[in-house]
Amino acid sequence: MSSIRADQVGGRIVDNTTEVPGTRAPLVLNMTTFGQVTAQVAKVSEAGRAPLAWYVAFAGSLGLLGLLGVCVLYLIFTGVGVWGLNTPVAWAYDITNFVFWVGIGHAGTLISAILFLFRQKWRTGINRFAEAMTIFAVMCAGIFPGIHVGRVWVVYWLFPLPNQMEMWPQFRSPLLWDVFAVGTYFTVSLLFWYTGLIPDLATLRDRAKGRLQQVAYGLFALGWRGSNRHWHRYERAYLLLAALSTPLVLSVHSVVSFDFAVSQLPGWHTTIFPPYFVAGAIFSGFAMVVTLAVPAREMFGLKNLITLRHLDNMNKVILVTGSMVGYAYSMEFFIAWYSGALYEKFAFVNRAFGQYWWAYLLMVSCNVITPQLFWFKAIRTSIPLMFFLSLVVNVGMWFERFVIIVSSLANDFLPSSWEFFTPTWVDIGTMAGAFGLFFTLFLLFCRFLPMIAMAEVKMVMPAANAHHDEDGHHHGTPAPATGGPS
Amino acid sequence: MTTFETSVPAIEPTGSLSDSVKIHGLLAEFETPGDILKAAEQVRQAGYRWWDCCTPFPVHGLDRAMGIKPTILPIMVFFAGLTGLIAAFVLQAFTNSSGMSVWAMVWVTGYPYLISGKPLLSIPAFIPVIFELTILFAALTSVFGMLTMNGLPRLNHPLLGNDRFRRATDDRFYIVIEARDPKFFRTRTEAFLESLGAVAVEEVQD
Repeated sequence: MSSIRADQVGGRIVDNTTEVPGTRAPLVLNMTTFGQVTAQVAKVSEAGRAPLAWYVAFAGSLGLLGLLGVCVLYLIFTGVGVWGLNTPVAWAYDITNFVFWVGIGHAGTLISAILFLFRQKWRTGINRFAEAMTIFAVMCAGIFPGIHVGRVWVVYWLFPLPNQMEMWPQFRSPLLWDVFAVGTYFTVSLLFWYTGLIPDLATLRDRAKGRLQQVAYGLFALGWRGSNRHWHRYERAYLLLAALSTPLVLSVHSVVSFDFAVSQLPGWHTTIFPPYFVAGAIFSGFAMVVTLAVPAREMFGLKNLITLRHLDNMNKVILVTGSMVGYAYSMEFFIAWYSGALYEKFAFVNRAFGQYWWAYLLMVSCNVITPQLFWFKAIRTSIPLMFFLSLVVNVGMWFERFVIIVSSLANDFLPSSWEFFTPTWVDIGTMAGAFGLFFTLFLLFCRFLPMIAMAEVKMVMPAANAHHDEDGHHHGTPAPATGGPS
Repeated sequence: MTTFETSVPAIEPTGSLSDSVKIHGLLAEFETPGDILKAAEQVRQAGYRWWDCCTPFPVHGLDRAMGIKPTILPIMVFFAGLTGLIAAFVLQAFTNSSGMSVWAMVWVTGYPYLISGKPLLSIPAFIPVIFELTILFAALTSVFGMLTMNGLPRLNHPLLGNDRFRRATDDRFYIVIEARDPKFFRTRTEAFLESLGAVAVEEVQD
């Protein structure tokens, strides 16, 4: 293996985005030993005080979280009528937010599972907080259908539980598939994240100075001691989880798209929806990872672990998935015309030129034009530009879901039933509040848990290669399996 | 779990505290992945059975050097996935039927509901839930199976009480030979571990 040795780059090379044929770009900069990685990552959660920016952000997030609480309680005590929903538009901000947040949640598992199977070692710098982001995003997503049912006290009817009414959920309905898909996705993402966290929690436990930290991290580290007999099963379990999550992550947004595609509504009843939704989910998820990574690496001084190369790679993924989304937009129009179906043709003309033309224009300019800027390396590697563009993509992807849901519902088959949707303050408050929940959880995570997967980063350092300081390759003689305690 | 009692010289007064000190084993510290890989191979060749390597991250090649048998975890996960698949099919077929059963621990009846003229037993519509439950059962089994076979979670372990061992989750690599190993002899094993290039060898109390 030819590699740039960490000590050769120590302190000097900062730009690791340049491809040098025959060498591997370093993924960890300015560090040569494992202890340095531990110290740098653990420092964040061991510090007595967080950076000032953290407190400011946390206060803002808590404020929005409070707004969410007010809006949700007001809705529960009053009824779904506090939202701006009307008769043809029975789904609007609620389902838009649900699809938006589930979509955000796709990047974490994509990074942890698919990039793991493809042996993309650069994932180690960003997988931990991308996975955390996934879990928090799916929690935000879960709120919306949960409160949209109106009578939240009977929300357990979503699950197949025996009851005195002798009724069961309708398993031939995509809405029920969603319950299973999102539920499984949340559970598996949580397992994946937690499995990865175990060795790092053990690191924090072993470094803890105070009794409280020792007990708290100790309990969640489950008594991990780095035994190689454990690592052997751990690595296998991690590989299995990656292999299971890969089809899962593709299935979740496909099932979400079935909520629309399986219905008969023009604009929704489209076979392109599953792949188009998955591409859109990855597109928006990566944009959110960039949105979070850029300030987080500044705030906690992790620029040598989340390097410019990581951000550059993520921007490339945004470019690819953004192009797929652009292709899907144009293909939808082509098929609407090619199908010859009157209602289908109307739905798409109405989408671009009807009463929601401004939302459509916003969506196309944010999602189709913006990612194309990432063809230029100067833009892919410019921190302020990529941060701004990732925000633009987030806005665009929210509007994509709004356009699909609201414009299709508002102008359906009969012009006499057409209606215009206007959000109320509760709609807007709940949407903003979900961001509060998301950022509150994310900031708490950054502060108290290892934001970078320490054990995994150590594995991709040149020093982790057992033959690092030898010239040739030397592998031990294959051992016959012994009957030891395995 | 039995532990090996250190042989205390007979001249020691009986009944003293040192009599009752049980040791878990010997801990040898190494500085690099390369060092522990070479050392582990020699420990295996020396015929020890109750021993282990503890590392901050999985060291490539160490499984082979230690002679660890492949885990049966993938087989367990396969059957768990199969269980999820069958369970999901049975659940959906039953709830859409007019049958009665006690599978949910109470007497339950199905809820046949005709919609859009779709057949009650419509397998294509069951596929998403079948798929999700297959994944769910398999994923739960891979994590909890891994933890159970590893004997985790546990609140304490002799090694976790050792101060030197704290760096096992940071930047050092350790070999532990347990006192219960038939080939374990306090002095001979210590000399052996030192000969492997360990930077430190010390006793771990039980």
